Amino acid sequence: MTHIFSGASPAGTIDQVFVSAQSFLLSFLPQALVPWASILVRIGVIAALAPAIMMYLTWLERKIIARMQNRFGPDRVGIYGLMQPLSDGLKMLNKEDIVPNGADRLLHLLAPIMAVSPAILLFAVIPFGRNMAAVDLNVGLLYLLAVSSISSYAIFMGGWASRSKFSVLGAARTVAQIISYEVPGVLSVVTVIMITGTLSLVGIVEAQADRWFIATPWGFVGAVIFFLCGVAEVNRTPFDMPEAESELVGGFHTEYSGMKFALWYMAEFLETFAVCAFTTTLFLGGWQGPAVPFWTVTAVSAAMIVTALRLPIAAKAFGVAAMAALTLLFWKDPVPSWIWFLTKTYLLVFVMVWFRGTFPRLRVDQLMGFAWKFLLPLTLINIVAAGVWVWFAFPVGTLLSVTILIAGIWGLVRVNSPEPVSLRRFELAD
Amino acid sequence: MSAENSVAPAESISRERSASSSGNDARLGQRTTPLGLGVIQGMLITLRQFTGTYPVGRWLLRLLRLDKGDGLVTISYPEVKQQHDERFRYFPFLVYDGTKDNLRCVACRICEQECPPQCIHIVMQKDEKGSPVKAHGRTLPKTFDIDVSICMSCRICVDVCPFDAIEMDNTYEHANYARGREMVMDKDRLLKSNEYFQKIKPSESAVVDARMGAKKAKEDAAAAAAAAPKPAAPGAPEAKV
Amino acid sequence: MATRQAPLMPESVLQSDVLEVNLGPQHPSTHGVFRMIASLDGETIVKLKPCFGYMHRNHEQIAEGITYIASFPYTDRLDYLCSMTNNFGLAVAIEKLGGIPISERGEYIRVIMAELTRLVNHTAVTGFLLNDMGAFGTPLLYAFREREKILDLFESASGSRMMCNYIRPGGVREDVTDAWLDRARGIVREYPRFLDEFEKLLRDNEIVRQRTQNVGVLPKDLAVSASITGPMLRATGVNYDIRKVDGYSIYPRFNFKVPLGSIGDVFDRYYVRVLEMRESLKILEQALKDIPKTSPHLSPKGQAMGKAPRTFKPAKGEAYGRIESPKGELGFFLVSDGTPRPYRYHVRAPSFINLTILEDMCLGHKVADAIVILGSVDIVLGEVDR
Repeated sequence: MTHIFSGASPAGTIDQVFVSAQSFLLSFLPQALVPWASILVRIGVIAALAPAIMMYLTWLERKIIARMQNRFGPDRVGIYGLMQPLSDGLKMLNKEDIVPNGADRLLHLLAPIMAVSPAILLFAVIPFGRNMAAVDLNVGLLYLLAVSSISSYAIFMGGWASRSKFSVLGAARTVAQIISYEVPGVLSVVTVIMITGTLSLVGIVEAQADRWFIATPWGFVGAVIFFLCGVAEVNRTPFDMPEAESELVGGFHTEYSGMKFALWYMAEFLETFAVCAFTTTLFLGGWQGPAVPFWTVTAVSAAMIVTALRLPIAAKAFGVAAMAALTLLFWKDPVPSWIWFLTKTYLLVFVMVWFRGTFPRLRVDQLMGFAWKFLLPLTLINIVAAGVWVWFAFPVGTLLSVTILIAGIWGLVRVNSPEPVSLRRFELAD
Repeated sequence: MSAENSVAPAESISRERSASSSGNDARLGQRTTPLGLGVIQGMLITLRQFTGTYPVGRWLLRLLRLDKGDGLVTISYPEVKQQHDERFRYFPFLVYDGTKDNLRCVACRICEQECPPQCIHIVMQKDEKGSPVKAHGRTLPKTFDIDVSICMSCRICVDVCPFDAIEMDNTYEHANYARGREMVMDKDRLLKSNEYFQKIKPSESAVVDARMGAKKAKEDAAAAAAAAPKPAAPGAPEAKV
Repeated sequence: MATRQAPLMPESVLQSDVLEVNLGPQHPSTHGVFRMIASLDGETIVKLKPCFGYMHRNHEQIAEGITYIASFPYTDRLDYLCSMTNNFGLAVAIEKLGGIPISERGEYIRVIMAELTRLVNHTAVTGFLLNDMGAFGTPLLYAFREREKILDLFESASGSRMMCNYIRPGGVREDVTDAWLDRARGIVREYPRFLDEFEKLLRDNEIVRQRTQNVGVLPKDLAVSASITGPMLRATGVNYDIRKVDGYSIYPRFNFKVPLGSIGDVFDRYYVRVLEMRESLKILEQALKDIPKTSPHLSPKGQAMGKAPRTFKPAKGEAYGRIESPKGELGFFLVSDGTPRPYRYHVRAPSFINLTILEDMCLGHKVADAIVILGSVDIVLGEVDR
């Protein structure tokens, strides 16, 4: 097990390709300007990357949910529907910007902007690969937790500014939900801080060189809790009661149309990606991966291109040729770190979309009960288990912490059981 | 759907069913998986559907013996159109035998009266003096309009026609940008040949052809037997039971 | 109907106002154009007024101006999910009024169509429950996939998937072929597998259980006094199924049981519907096995009526024919004055009657529950508003 979930893969050429590209570009500038230019380059990359990630995340979600429902997703606009996000964006831009009568126009405009900004700001600390975090803050984790809680302000501002009963109700519910789920989320991360002793995200990734935290008992529970809290923060099913269409027609973003609605939507998807990226960083080893040769990646890509039924032969040939060229060029390299990171992140994104396609939603009081009565005590027990794990040597520490966690979960489930053994009977009468 | 011998399996199924849900089984309605795992089960069902929609996934499921025959059930209209059953009905059409002026309709207007939403409008062909014109020995309609936007495909006009002159067609692509005369099908657009009827509805047209053939045989026999100078008008509406 | 106010929280330090909110008529989850005016105290419903009529189409008035047969396409559109049983109800009423005999094979085909309709309806409704609870349509699409197979059967028999216009007084309009019967047998054979999965989804999913148990409880005596019928009534524990009570058509020949619940909440109603689907499968197996091969599908008097509707002039009088439709007791009240057109034609729509009790079930619950409770009443606005 240590072998699979470990491995600091050595850096190869393709691993550092973006870093090398940046230093190449900056070499043309005088020395004094290089720090500033480097910041500008990073900002530019993030500003270009974030909307693209969001757009193709919507495409991915629609396709995956569709396939789970035995149908194609969008496949008319461009091949495999790849142009669909662009047409959606055009549609949003074309829509009339309706502001309700009597609404506070300034706040109505500011709210979605205030929701998107933290979402993009979060991208500044995500370590996409080795040496590829835009800013390696030594309080990166604190920055993450602080910035992501600004969204609750934005949501309430948006709901209040709309001056509509539905919006206010929805906003109030959303804020209550976000605040409730922040507490267990933060506490589940405390275990990581305890074990690694650093708040820097790059440091946390590097600390997982011999074992990813998810392979430890406290890390497993912590990862699940952090992921669930992340899902709740982003208002996704099964925690999306606040924006439930079938109840109050959209909650806080009912009164938004056009580009403002697109901004809310963008905030939600950017935060989705950010939550998955952070779970990967904190628990799944970030950009670490075992030493697998690079040609596996190109082989898998080539196989996918060849089995794609709709691509014309020319495109398939070109794709296979490109993969072959890459393999020959980078024969000796292992799989690059950023590919590991993106794979793990998109796997978690798939799990989130999978949740959305499967579960009905929890009612608001059940939602809150889940956070306060189940997740919060569990995170406290988790902290104790982490302490026990690190204090005693292996295997005593592991066994003790596993016992503590299992006992804790069992106890909490018993206490929170929704109904007694059912007294209802069904009868088949004549 | 396979046409197997279905007596034995049906009985065994009913025996199984009655065994599990007979009487007042106290286990009805109780959960069968431990608390917390029910959601996982739901997730596994969705995952199986997801993998089953890809060819690679189906191969994998078959390998793991989990394949239950589900896959993509969507048809990419308009490249692929669903084949409908023979009895599929959408909008009526008038039948003619041979040439367009040899239509079976005699403008008796029974279908117009029985049509529930009253979407048929018929005017009999009359000459300047007001008496009906005859062609092929029967009266015929001058105009025969059916409004596509009103017709509800109920098939009552077909059921009540004594002359098998109107039948149901199965084309459904009548969408139109205009709202007025474009949505009203007049006699020309409604007339389709008996060969067309035989092509789209073989068994139904066989029954109709047999009935018309028997009627014609009876009339020919009556005409020959009576040896009257004027043949009995075959267009007189007789209540057929 | 007298409105009851649930008491506001007693001794509350905070004085809160009651918020009046419109749920609908444009709403993704109200099963049609239906409006509920809810008064909310926080999240709890204090008063709920259902407001319908948005889909009123003068069905009864139209029927007074056309012949009896011409009403059949309009009955298709009453409860548009279950067109076969609507036709069945009107046929039963007309047969009572005019004394039309029914052919044997026609009876069997009718029962087969009615039970297939029950499968179709209950599958759709259970799928809609999960959709209302936010499961983003996945269980709904699985349910609809199964439903499509049965709708294809309907298309093969009658020519149309949903607006069938197939059942006539005296039997059915057109016969079914042996190939069709084999297809039906195949579907009946494979349906339990889908039902097992669906039942498991409903029964074992913690979220579904939490959202539906002890929500929208309907006491037995209230249900009886409000004339509730159908699965809603049987979920409260009252054993009243018109197929057993009246024994209309040939139902007494079949061996099936009536599932009853005990508490009468949303979970009970859905589970009773799932159990009813299993009983329908039993009836279908027996009917498909015993269907006679040599009887015509429509009795001679029925054929005459189909060919010349205006010659059917029933004697002066009235008749009330009722059947157990998937939603409850569907009744047709016909008054004849000797002419080919009815003097009075009234539909007792089960959805309409079942909806009157919505407020009593929703008081004290939250808004999200109101949607789930409405889904469990199983209304179709075509029937509610006619």
